[in-house]
Amino acid sequence: MDDTSPISLSPLHETHLRAGARMVPFAGWNMPVQYKGITEEHLTVRRACGIFDISHMGQFRVGGPASLDWLNSLLTNNNTRLGIGQGQYTLLLNESGGVIDDLILYRTRASSWFLVVNASKTAEDLAWMQARLLPGITLTDESPHYAGMAIQGPASAAVYQQVAGAHMELPDRNGIAEFISLRGGTCVVCRTGYTGEDGFEFFCEAEEAPYWWDEFTGHGAVPCGLGARDTLRLEMGYPLNGNDLSTDRTPLEAGLGFFVDMAKPAFTGREALAAQKVHGLPSKLTGLRLTGKGPPLRAHYQVFANNQPVGELCSGGISPSLGIGIAMAYLPPALATPGTALEIDIRGKRHPAETIKKPFYKKP
Amino acid sequence: MPAPSNARFATSHEWILTGESESPVGISEHAQAELGDVVYIELPETGRIVKAGESVAVIESVKAASDIYAPVSGEITEVNPAAAAETSLVNTDPYGAGWLFKIKPSNPAEIDALLDEAAYLAQAG
Repeated sequence: MDDTSPISLSPLHETHLRAGARMVPFAGWNMPVQYKGITEEHLTVRRACGIFDISHMGQFRVGGPASLDWLNSLLTNNNTRLGIGQGQYTLLLNESGGVIDDLILYRTRASSWFLVVNASKTAEDLAWMQARLLPGITLTDESPHYAGMAIQGPASAAVYQQVAGAHMELPDRNGIAEFISLRGGTCVVCRTGYTGEDGFEFFCEAEEAPYWWDEFTGHGAVPCGLGARDTLRLEMGYPLNGNDLSTDRTPLEAGLGFFVDMAKPAFTGREALAAQKVHGLPSKLTGLRLTGKGPPLRAHYQVFANNQPVGELCSGGISPSLGIGIAMAYLPPALATPGTALEIDIRGKRHPAETIKKPFYKKP
Repeated sequence: MPAPSNARFATSHEWILTGESESPVGISEHAQAELGDVVYIELPETGRIVKAGESVAVIESVKAASDIYAPVSGEITEVNPAAAAETSLVNTDPYGAGWLFKIKPSNPAEIDALLDEAAYLAQAG
């Protein structure tokens, strides 16, 4: 997105300003980075329930008799395994196996699908898919009229029950359900998230968003910003597209092989992945931590092994749950073994670090 | 949280107390609110001679690293290890226990050029 693009405002923009949110630009949107404080919001999600505005994310619907096979040829995971009402994490690759986007695909009916994609990639994903559209397949971008919120944390199912339990039962893990609200709009509830906690994502018509936000917060969900969303996903080792995923890296390098079905019929990028399986991976997305107290780790800091530069951090921070600096970097596979000693350059000073198995945080 | 009446401010958001031979320096209430949760502080070496406007410390919040500049020229005579160990002091008590370092000013005229709290807040928006 270039600097001349207009900034998009969430349907919840006024709600955020009234709640005292600090707003920042993100992926072409003006979104809350925090309300009370990132650490407090992070711990609220780990212990109770937080709510995030995710209206910037994109939603597509795909339909048509041939849509199952068509999506299976574009995405890495095997969608023939999805029953109606189920969803899966999957990846959209280019011909060379690079990651265009990571997304969640839900099967809403036998030949109807709901896709939730990254804000920064919505236009690119849509153009990629439209260019490969086949006769009889419909692809619609629902993003402009949908608002989204993610309700996350151990108490989120209880919050849902009080707010919307009478409309529709909360689906099982990775599931999707839809209902028509009393105001007449379609509501979509997906039992997923980006925090490592139980929770759900809720999509509704933009004009209903302030109503639902107030309902969820009125029943105990605490407003949280993108700052806590980032520290929560980093503690779990979940990749952020743009930081940890790019068209220069394959899902195998990103450690996402679990979401790639090499046994299914051909899909875009498969040959490149098959070649990597034969010849070996050039790099592996690896977890790192500082071995002592030190500054927060941040993207683009250089990583050294035996005094040689071996890569740079793609995501980093201080883990609010663990109190130490954590990060991810693409490293040569020989250095990816947990416990490998490394150094990270921060403002000209080398800080001792080591590789560590992801996730960084495990629920007690 | 109002600042002590003898605090003077740089537009880069540091405060310094006037009327002392070794003047404590910290960051403003406004700055700590803008930064959010402080999680790491890098303090200068004592004995270092610094010029006004020189970067002498780093404060890192969850989201960003920010340079802290010497509001006046002089010698760093003391640092606050309590703030480095318990970084939330900068958020909770920026004009008290959250001070960062002390400077022995070499040019008192530089302090007169700094802003009082009202003028600082007016320009900080």
